[in-house]
Amino acid sequence: MTLEKHGENRFVVPIGPQHPALKEPGHFEFVVDGEIVTGASVRLGYVHRGIEKGAEDRTWTQNLYLMERICGICSHIHATAFVQGVEKLAGVEAPPRARAIREIFAELERIHSHMLWLGVAAHEGGFDALFMYSWRDREVVMDMLEMLSGNRVHYSANLIGGVKYDLTPDMMDKIREGLNYLEERLAHYLDVVNNDETFIGRTRGIGTMTREQAQLLGAVGPTARASNFAYDVRVDAPYAAYAEFPVEMVVAQEGDLHARFVVRILETMESIRVLRRIFENMPESELVTRVPRRIPAGETISRVEAPRGELFYFIASGGGEKPERVKVRTPSLCNWGTVITLAVGHKLADMPMILAGIDPCFSCNDRLVMVKRNRQDPQVWTWADLRNYGIEYYR
Amino acid sequence: MGLEVSTPWQQVLDKIRTWARVNSPWAIHFNSGSCNGCDIEILATLTPRYDVERFGIKLQGSPRHADVLICTGPVSLQAKDRLLRIYWQMPEPKFVIAVGSCGLSGGVFHGCYNIVHGIDEVLPVDVFVPGCPPRPEGIIYGVAVLLEALKSGKRPERTMTVELPAGFEMPQAEVRQ
Repeated sequence: MTLEKHGENRFVVPIGPQHPALKEPGHFEFVVDGEIVTGASVRLGYVHRGIEKGAEDRTWTQNLYLMERICGICSHIHATAFVQGVEKLAGVEAPPRARAIREIFAELERIHSHMLWLGVAAHEGGFDALFMYSWRDREVVMDMLEMLSGNRVHYSANLIGGVKYDLTPDMMDKIREGLNYLEERLAHYLDVVNNDETFIGRTRGIGTMTREQAQLLGAVGPTARASNFAYDVRVDAPYAAYAEFPVEMVVAQEGDLHARFVVRILETMESIRVLRRIFENMPESELVTRVPRRIPAGETISRVEAPRGELFYFIASGGGEKPERVKVRTPSLCNWGTVITLAVGHKLADMPMILAGIDPCFSCNDRLVMVKRNRQDPQVWTWADLRNYGIEYYR
Repeated sequence: MGLEVSTPWQQVLDKIRTWARVNSPWAIHFNSGSCNGCDIEILATLTPRYDVERFGIKLQGSPRHADVLICTGPVSLQAKDRLLRIYWQMPEPKFVIAVGSCGLSGGVFHGCYNIVHGIDEVLPVDVFVPGCPPRPEGIIYGVAVLLEALKSGKRPERTMTVELPAGFEMPQAEVRQ
């Protein structure tokens, strides 16, 4: 995603990798004509750590903790995707209670992630009061997660074949109490998002994406659902306990920034509803099944709905104690294309909001190195080219 | 504070500087390849429950205005040059707080091919805050330890020299006659 050659009279505004509006490193270049953006490019890779290669050096159990640390915001869902793939390879299924607990953690994580995003996106729009309020209320979810697992960010709830932590009725009551408070607050935020005039001025009609564009650009998650593209892995291909405790898909028609706010807030409320339903009919069973130490050889895919969209794992096992290949495709990477396209034609001042609108997570993205060299067309690399380059480089 | 001649006047000035610095350190935050976990906890320290602004600690956007660099992550090779450049842009005296296990030693990413394994391989670090991620209270304690050291003047000598990577030369101010 680099810029075409632009004329000499254009002005390029670079943003990042360290920038007050960015909490994570990423580099953007916006070509502007006056105040209007005429071209945009993104350069990623500042958070590339080599996790996929590192996964090949670690055992299946160790990898659980590595996968969790791909992203600190959606850590549980990464581990869930990995664990589901491994369970599929091993031919075991987690007990019903374990699957329900996985769903509980996933939905709590979605609440915390969406509230975090609501704050950050409002902050980018200069609405710091909403940022402070939503982060204050987010601490309620963090307390619940801490009560369940003992950690605020990396819960490590998953094991291969089950989960580590159980829920007591006492805990459920406490969580219910917190959810009641959160639902009240979310209704208030929905009111602010829908009725605050300055907020509507910054969001309505900005960064509008049609359904066709969303499909063409490969948007996923709430970004796509805000453009009336009804696709949610939880509904379309239920995993964990989503078949027993289904969620309703939240879809909006408009496709602009405002719709993305509404979709995410409504999704958070839906999460609260589904959590209550699980607590009412919590299945009884043990928490872990026996899993062989060596995972049988084979290949599998696993997909889940992370807070930002569809998360996809490809796992290959050679029959040993370590995976042979783990490939991760994260939702943020799919959504970058929409930013680059939507930016064109808008004011430079709208860029932070449009960027934040997809809920970008850089640490999720950066597992891909783009090799560049003085070539005619540096972006297109065939496999043979890449292989030759590697051989020449290390000669 | 590095002054060679210590006249009474300069001693008074030093005291005022230290007083100001301890009471209102401005911090800059840079993510050098961490998983975001530490970064959202650093952000959480600014929000109402923990609210470090009541101690005068302020997160500042520009490195040129900052006293303290709060850095997370195992330093990926691509972010390394940027980290050095940010460090160079900060005015003296500057302090570095490394947050999170991977900032200390590479942590869970130990052995991955694209990281430097720790911020102290690149920059002189004053305070290490362990944890994956550390709690907001831990981060606040880390800052408090640094401020305490500043107040008592017991800051350890910097033994590490930091060189600016090639291609990142700082613009020199022109002296007009």
